Amino acid sequence: MKLVAVTSCPTGIAHTYMAAEALEKAAEAAGHEIAVETQGAGGFSPLGADVIAAAGAVIFAADVEVREKARFAGKPTITTSVKSAIHEAPALIIEAVAAAAAPVAAAAGGPPEEPTAAVGPALASKDYGSSTGAKIRGWLMTGVSYMIPFVAAGGILIAISFMLAQIAWGETGVVAVTKVPLADLVANFSVGSLQDWAALIFLVGAGAFGFLVPVLAGFIAFGIADRPGIAPGIVGGYLAVQIGSGFLGGIVAGLLAGFLALWISRWKVPSAIRSVMPVVVIPLVATLITGALMIVVLGRPLKWLFDSLTSWLNGMSGSSAILLGVILGLMMAFDMGGPVNKVAYGFAVAGLASVGTSTDATQLVIMAAVMAAGMTPPLGLALATNLRKSLFSEAEQENGKAAWVLGASFITEGAIPFAAGDPFRVIPALMAGSAVTGGLVMAFGNTLRAPHGGIWVLPLIGNPFTYLLAIAVGTAITAALVILLKQAGRTKEELAVELIDNDAAAI
Amino acid sequence: MSDLITATMVDLDLPAGDKAAVTAHLADLLVAAGRVTDRETFLADVRAREQLMPTGLEGGIGIPHARSSAVTEPTVAFGRSTDGVDFGASDGPARLVFLIAAPAEGDGDHLAVLAALARRLVHESFREALLNADAPDQVVELFRREVVVK
Repeated sequence: MKLVAVTSCPTGIAHTYMAAEALEKAAEAAGHEIAVETQGAGGFSPLGADVIAAAGAVIFAADVEVREKARFAGKPTITTSVKSAIHEAPALIIEAVAAAAAPVAAAAGGPPEEPTAAVGPALASKDYGSSTGAKIRGWLMTGVSYMIPFVAAGGILIAISFMLAQIAWGETGVVAVTKVPLADLVANFSVGSLQDWAALIFLVGAGAFGFLVPVLAGFIAFGIADRPGIAPGIVGGYLAVQIGSGFLGGIVAGLLAGFLALWISRWKVPSAIRSVMPVVVIPLVATLITGALMIVVLGRPLKWLFDSLTSWLNGMSGSSAILLGVILGLMMAFDMGGPVNKVAYGFAVAGLASVGTSTDATQLVIMAAVMAAGMTPPLGLALATNLRKSLFSEAEQENGKAAWVLGASFITEGAIPFAAGDPFRVIPALMAGSAVTGGLVMAFGNTLRAPHGGIWVLPLIGNPFTYLLAIAVGTAITAALVILLKQAGRTKEELAVELIDNDAAAI
Repeated sequence: MSDLITATMVDLDLPAGDKAAVTAHLADLLVAAGRVTDRETFLADVRAREQLMPTGLEGGIGIPHARSSAVTEPTVAFGRSTDGVDFGASDGPARLVFLIAAPAEGDGDHLAVLAALARRLVHESFREALLNADAPDQVVELFRREVVVK
């Protein structure tokens, strides 16, 4: 049996290593293999992702927080103190081997720790065999696991505010609720006013949403470089939003910040400076460089992309309506709040402003298509997590429940945690579903006069029945494709894991 | 880098006393050897660590330790007590006391020797040899031979 362990104590110079030695001794005596990561005062060298993936169980012998714990998520886990590892290592090895043999029971009965970091079995076993791929996925999932609470809190609050706004203002409440300035609420909030409550809840939700990309980027960098990565990552993520690059820009910022921080932490510096490296030098230098690169290197090409996409879309006005719907659908789902999505959405909203009082203008159909295409990504993923739980991490399954509400409210961001964790499988599936929905809405000719609101503005939609049908079809397509792509990418990996297990059994 | 331990940092017959007294006694050896620049700062750092959780371990050993700005190099002072000193281990007092001093700054390479020492402490044979040592030189030789950075 292959095992892994992390040992960590407050000072990091004695017990950490005694526990490691004791575990290695006990494992060897019992005929098992163990790889121990000592998180000591002088830092630590992380276990390889392949080593973690091959391990049947993990032992945390730690009196302080285990660093980068998300790497081990989903493994049967034994958690104990360093001292007990020193004194009772043989018993711990027996316990770990037993836990590995009955992983389900152990995972369920284990200590309910850090649900935010529990990103599920996918993390350790995914992309098994190509350790770089597994590492990148591990970092992305770390970022995603910290972002999910913001998505859920912000998204559900915004959905609630839309619902209340429709009651408080009437038909166009979803528009009115987004226009109430924060200063007005501060000055005149009235407990008896439903409008005020709706606006308040919207502003809080929007506040939470402002952190999506910064937190994603910050904790991707944290996954790479540990604590010194957080500041450059969060700042880089914030700037990614400012330059309009969305969550894909945030991923870039997070990876950039993490590698910079890691690189700087390996500089050989005089001992006088060494102690201020993690708190001052690394964040200072890495933040400056990350931020500068985001603004200077990424900013201009993005602006160019934005401008050329916009003029290209405007030039499309004469072509087939259905084709336009398909293209807008593809764009809406590509980066969910990023530049491509914004071009499509901006195109629709700009059209809305030009129609005046007409009730059947093409611009109204385009708005309807864009909204529907923005609803299917979270809905499709919610459906997929319902149909095939095993393909998703625990955190993703939880996020799937919130995604129903978010998708229904046209909060496309509900899909970001899934897309950020596994972009190459998830994004194509989202685009396919949204493209079909966009095309269908154009074909059905549904109209919409509000720029957002999801099902809360259903009364404003021309022919709501076919509209819901278009959304349902796109949702089903996205769900089916996500499941298909995730399974296809899996079979080979699972095979590899099985082979390793057989090898271990043979030894 | 200097040796982890020298003969002047070994006391095979510790004077009787509680853990504070024994720790202070071993700290004096480190001060005399120039490994600790400020006795009080160092002892305060050791006490702070000891307060988090007693450092006594089963098998009759106590390992008071600290990272401290008063330490110049990774060093250990070793003392052997006939009557034993209570370091809070569940199976009784410690006969072998290791006062481990780590500088406040220093990366993994620098502290590796202390990690190697900690790993040796787990081995019964090492503890046995220390219990049976006749002279400080023998102890120093034992550390030199057994505590190897891999």
